[in-house]
Amino acid sequence: MIPLDYYLVLSAFMFCVGVLGVVVRRNAIIVFMSIELMLNSVNLSLIAFSSFLGDPTGQMLVFFVMTVAAAEAAVGLAIIIALFRNKQTVNIDEINILKW
Amino acid sequence: MSFEQVVFYFLAVLAAFSAVMMILQRNPVNSALYLILNFFCLGGLYLTLNAQFIAMVQVLVYAGAIMVLFLFVIMLLNLGDDRRLREHLGLRMYLGIGFSVALVLELLFIFLFRSSNSAVQQSANAAEMGTVEYVGKVLFTRFLFPFEVTSLLLLAAIVGAVILAKKKTAE
Repeated sequence: MIPLDYYLVLSAFMFCVGVLGVVVRRNAIIVFMSIELMLNSVNLSLIAFSSFLGDPTGQMLVFFVMTVAAAEAAVGLAIIIALFRNKQTVNIDEINILKW
Repeated sequence: MSFEQVVFYFLAVLAAFSAVMMILQRNPVNSALYLILNFFCLGGLYLTLNAQFIAMVQVLVYAGAIMVLFLFVIMLLNLGDDRRLREHLGLRMYLGIGFSVALVLELLFIFLFRSSNSAVQQSANAAEMGTVEYVGKVLFTRFLFPFEVTSLLLLAAIVGAVILAKKKTAE
């Protein structure tokens, strides 16, 4: 049997990689994929807790997180398409109209 | 090492590797493919945790639907030339890298010096808990209301995506 900690460490590592991707990368699509990675790392720890505690709530949460992620991906990619149509770029450093 | 451990280490290392490669790739298509690999590994890890239903949903919805959407958008935008996307490492980037590495080291420290009384055994009813039957039963009884609210969320997302991505007609 694999102890719970191993899953949690993998999940934490993947979350850190996702954070790094959001902070460092400037391509809006890759930033978006890093957010998906973070969502998935949290899903992994939820499933791990669910299975080690014998409580189905974790799996239900993952189910809903997946729904939210699907909705988020659809809307986010639509926003990226609209941005690209208006500014011809997906570099988030160049998209700074709302920045004061 | 038992079979279980071999499977876990293989999937875990592959998942970590593909996550790192995902943010290192210059071309977004390669990033998306590494992310798909990562999602498949996570699906396998869910199977080692006896969550069969979620593992299937992971492969179908995430690796199947969401990542295909990503690939569509990447190819639609035709970002092949990354000259216009030159990424320079400013002070902010170095700070970001520094803090992320610090976070990883911190977590590693916690892992290495943890107390040894952590859960080592999966719960006895974990095996039957991941089946479609059990998940469906819980989903349609205890979680019926959130499940129904989900439909509203998806409807809003569909309408929003269509409106946002629609070409502006002459006003």
